Amino acid sequence: MSGARSLMVALEKEGANIVFGLPGGANLPIYDELYKSNIRHILVRHEQSASHMADGFGRVSRRPGVCFATSGPGATNIVTGIATAQADSSPMIAVTGQVPTKMIGRDAFQESDIIGITNPIVKYAFQPMTASEVPEMVKKAFYISATGRPGPVLIDIPKDVQQNEAEMTFPSEVKIRGYHPWVDPDIGKIERAIDMLLSSERPVILAGGGVIISSAFAELQSIAELLMIPVVTTFKGKGAFPENHPLSLGPIGMHGHAEANKIMVEADCVLACGSRFSDRSVGTFEEFEKNLKIIHMDVDPAEIGKNQTTHVAVVGDLKASLRIMVKMLIQKAIKRSGDNTWLKRVNETREYFRQNLKIHPHPLGASKVLRKLREVLPAQSIVTTEVGQHQMWASLFFDVIHPGTFFSSTGLGTMGWGFPAAIGAKAAKPDVPVVDIAGEGSFNMTENSLAVSVLDNLPVIVFLLNNFSLGMVAQWQRTFYDRRMIGIDLKNCPDYVKLAESYGAQGIRAENVDEIGKAVQTALKSNIATVIDIPIDPQEDVLPFVAPGTPLKDMILPS
Amino acid sequence: MWSIISVLVENKPGVLFKVTHLFRSRNYNIDSISVGVTENPEFSRMTLTTSADEKQLSQIIKQLDKMIDTVEVKLLDERKSIYRELVLMKIKITKPSDIMEITDLANAFKCNVHDVRKSSIIIEITATPDRINAFEDLVKGYGVLETTRTGICALERGTNNES
Ligand SMILES: Cc1ncc(C[n+]2csc(CCOP(=O)(O)OP(=O)(O)O)c2C)c(N)n1
Repeated sequence: MSGARSLMVALEKEGANIVFGLPGGANLPIYDELYKSNIRHILVRHEQSASHMADGFGRVSRRPGVCFATSGPGATNIVTGIATAQADSSPMIAVTGQVPTKMIGRDAFQESDIIGITNPIVKYAFQPMTASEVPEMVKKAFYISATGRPGPVLIDIPKDVQQNEAEMTFPSEVKIRGYHPWVDPDIGKIERAIDMLLSSERPVILAGGGVIISSAFAELQSIAELLMIPVVTTFKGKGAFPENHPLSLGPIGMHGHAEANKIMVEADCVLACGSRFSDRSVGTFEEFEKNLKIIHMDVDPAEIGKNQTTHVAVVGDLKASLRIMVKMLIQKAIKRSGDNTWLKRVNETREYFRQNLKIHPHPLGASKVLRKLREVLPAQSIVTTEVGQHQMWASLFFDVIHPGTFFSSTGLGTMGWGFPAAIGAKAAKPDVPVVDIAGEGSFNMTENSLAVSVLDNLPVIVFLLNNFSLGMVAQWQRTFYDRRMIGIDLKNCPDYVKLAESYGAQGIRAENVDEIGKAVQTALKSNIATVIDIPIDPQEDVLPFVAPGTPLKDMILPS
Repeated sequence: MWSIISVLVENKPGVLFKVTHLFRSRNYNIDSISVGVTENPEFSRMTLTTSADEKQLSQIIKQLDKMIDTVEVKLLDERKSIYRELVLMKIKITKPSDIMEITDLANAFKCNVHDVRKSSIIIEITATPDRINAFEDLVKGYGVLETTRTGICALERGTNNES
């Protein structure tokens, strides 16, 4: 069997039934075998989108999405997608073609050292030098990518290795001696964590992306409800806890909810679940940990103590750790009533900001637009975002009700991620509506994926908050650079309705809140790819705002 | 502070690159590194020294441990380890008596003497960094023309327990 054929067989054995990619000289043997296999191929228009689609597929299905690219420029085009997946711990397998083994190192046509280029942004990389190595490497790649803290794995296959015939064995199990993704959580430490929470006066739970990755929603909710502890999230953890729950305060951070930041600052103890305390979430490391007892649960031991000093650390799969905690609470019949001064304070704070935070007066102010979307969109719908103001408005004004249905490029902040990731999500869950909350600047970067959404019957809705500019950059120039505006004006080009139509998609311009509701309903009913172009106010700022390098307590509120 | 980290890694191409890249991308400093295959050809042992502070050191250990190609990462206790560095030093000879003087110093430090010429001499010294520095101080006056150092290599001392 050839190396290329064994790749297909190994992929099928791993349950991969879809790949996103684009062929070229150095991966044609792979494509020839793809032609003969039962695996569905989604032809992208730019490899970056293939990697984002695989990423979106991986986050939603919680098993690695697969993308293919050829050597050289094909491989370098997926670098951004790999870095994005790594920054957000998303499972992904990237398979690149490489020049033949004899040509490696000779600056051959379309040769790039993709293993070297991606070294710091992959969880691991393989380069089989003989065909017989392929099956085991694929098996290991899936194992590494999906277990522990998930991440992207690269398999770079020289063309002759794809073509060469070999006797193949497909291992049913692999072991890697330097890799131990399963650590049993330390029971004693979980007990100490409970004691610490019970002895604190103002506890909060900080839910990070790890809750979503390990799907520990029910466990998290049980703990919050048994101990009556308010829940804030990181931005990556948005929707780890139902945002309409009475204990929910929403995301903290640079553009966190005012009440979440306020309560986080006032807390004396935090149970951080699957969070890496990124600078965007905590403001400044020094100020954040002042007078705060930190309990940190994470699957990755290297996260413990990286950014914050912890008092109790529980290493292990988050779902397993939280499950043990729930069991202990139930066994010991520990339950706390919500009738205490802290929860009163929490509720008053929430209420205060709900009543008093100024709403942008424009008829298409972001809060009105996004609350309308929430109103008409079924709760189980999946939402992705691009990167910019619209993303932060989504965080502020779009409540996630069904846990684990909100995805964004939070770590790398990759413009152009949301749309292809939405298509990947749709491939993973074809029966659920999928919406990309977009800014036109970001959409421009990967809008050619409209072809995929239309032709491959993966219809998603692009909910375009069009401010005719790179709005987030404009906001920083207004705020920090004395309104010296440069490099932000997109000049209302192209016409997104016509753009959508030219791809065979549906384009709708919605100029008031009613039209937005109707447009979303039309899109949902018609089930074809739709771009809803919403002309919003280019002057609106995202507020609250914690300026970079400043503590959460200094958040700027709308005035 | 000075720390010695001993890392057992898979003996495969690219692993040294990954380790040094880790230090570069996380802005850690490597003072010295030495690598060689172990008694088992499947593994190599790397000895790294770094002057990171305690917090950074614990991160370095964890990040090294997280690497899939590292099999064992140990922070060595200086008092419970043997650690040595090998240095070759080419020293300038100005007058004939220099040769005798330098050779005497070399003997006192248990060095080997190589390549004695009219205008230079090469000394090989294997010792702890402290002793090497002391030797270097003593011969500085003659003029050190070139040196090369291997970096520290280290092993934990054994125990008397039967294994
Ligand atoms: C690939 C990439 N390039 C540049 C940036 C920097 N950046 C962050 S937000 C932003 C503006 C985004 O504009 P748009 O998508 O229109 O969203 P808006 O802020 O207007 O809502 C830019 C340029 C980025 N995050 N990603």
